[in-house]
Amino acid sequence: MSRGTKSGAWTDAKMEQIVGTLLQTGVALAGAVVFVGGFIYVIRNARVVASYSNFSAQRAALNVTSLFIGLIHADSRAIIFLGLLLLIATPVARVAFSVVGFWKERDWLYVFVTLIVLGVLMYSLFAVNV
Amino acid sequence: MSTLTFTLLVGLGSLVAGLLGALTGLGGGVVIVPLLVLAFKVDIRYAIGASLISVIATSSGAAAAYVREGYSNIRIGMFLEMATTAGAILGAFLATRLHTGTIGVVFGAVLILSAALSVRGPAAATGKEKPDALATRLRMDSSYPTKDGPEKYHVRRVPVGFGMMFGAGTLSGLLGIGSGALKVLAMDLIMRVPFKVSTTTSNFMIGVTAAASAGIYLRRGFIVPGVAMPVIVGVLIGSLVGTRVLINARPKVLRIIFSLVIVALGIEMIYGGFTGKI
Repeated sequence: MSRGTKSGAWTDAKMEQIVGTLLQTGVALAGAVVFVGGFIYVIRNARVVASYSNFSAQRAALNVTSLFIGLIHADSRAIIFLGLLLLIATPVARVAFSVVGFWKERDWLYVFVTLIVLGVLMYSLFAVNV
Repeated sequence: MSTLTFTLLVGLGSLVAGLLGALTGLGGGVVIVPLLVLAFKVDIRYAIGASLISVIATSSGAAAAYVREGYSNIRIGMFLEMATTAGAILGAFLATRLHTGTIGVVFGAVLILSAALSVRGPAAATGKEKPDALATRLRMDSSYPTKDGPEKYHVRRVPVGFGMMFGAGTLSGLLGIGSGALKVLAMDLIMRVPFKVSTTTSNFMIGVTAAASAGIYLRRGFIVPGVAMPVIVGVLIGSLVGTRVLINARPKVLRIIFSLVIVALGIEMIYGGFTGKI
C-alpha cells in the first residue's frame, strides 16, 4: 500500500527496490568471501580426513576475539566465518533499513513493529545465552 | 573421506538441491539436512547449522527478484516476523536441548508434511474477502499487479496467522529450514492472502527468521566452516541457475518426483531417529 504517488516521494515500492538491491549486494559479497575462504581452506587441508560425525560444541563455537586473530593471520576458517557473518547481516540490514523507510513514510505503527523485530534479532545475535 | 572429496561431493549435492529447490519452488533447504546426515554421516547439528545459513542465502538472493515484480507485502511480512523471529529463538533453544534422534524424527515428519502440502498446490485464496477490522487497522490490505492492472485484496484472521507463524518460526529454528510451506499455508489458507503475494512475502520472511536463530547456532558451535562452506556455495549457484532457467514455471512432473524424494528422505530420517542412527 503506497501513499504519496508523486514522483520522488518515499513509497513502499521505492523502499522495496532499495531493499532488493541491498539484499543482492550482501549475498554476492558474502558468497564471494565464503568462496575465497573455502578455496584456501580446501588447498591447505585437501588431504586431511573430513569427519563430522561427532559433535563438539567447542570445536566451532564462534567468538569475536579468535575471529579477529584468525583474520589477521589469513586463516581460511576465519575468512569463511566472516562470509557467514556477512550473510547473516543481510536480512538484519534489511530490517534496520525498513525502520528508516517506515520512518520516512511517517508510519509510526510499523516503525514500532520493525523495531521489535530488530530488537529480537539483536537479542538473539548478541545477548541470549541459551 | 578427504577434505577435498568431501567438499566437492557436498558442494555438488547442494548445487543439485538448490537447483531442484528453485525449479520446484520447494526450496533446497529441506533436502540439505537429510543429504548431509544420511549420505555423509554428518552430525545433525552441523547439518542444520549449514542448512540454516544456506536458507538465508537463497532467501536474500531470491528476494531481490521478487521485490521488483511488486508482489510481496512488506507490512504483512514485517508484522508476522515478530512471531517468526520469537519462534526461531525458541526453536534454536530446543535444538540445543533435544536429543538428536528426536530432532531427526521431527525433521522426517516435517519433510513428509511439506511434500504433502506442495502436492496440494496453491489454495483458492482470491483475496476477494470483506475487509477485516484488525487487518485494516494494521494497513495490511494492498494490491498486486496482474495482467488486467492492479488487483486489490483484503487480509483476514491476523491472530490465527500470527500464531501459526510462531510455530513456523519454531520449526525453522529447530530444524534449520525455511518452513516456507507452512508460512505460505498460514498466509493463503488462514489469512486469505493471494498466492503470488504469500509466496513472495514468505520468501522475504525466511531470511529474517533464519537470522534470528543463526546467532544461537554460532555460539553453540552448530556452524562449522568445513560443512557450511560447500553447502552455501553449492546452494547459491544451484538456486541462481534455477531461477534464471525458469523464473515462474514450475514443471509439474519434476515437482512430483521431488516430492516423492522428500517423502523417502522423511521416512529414512524417522527410521534413523528411532533406531538411534541419527
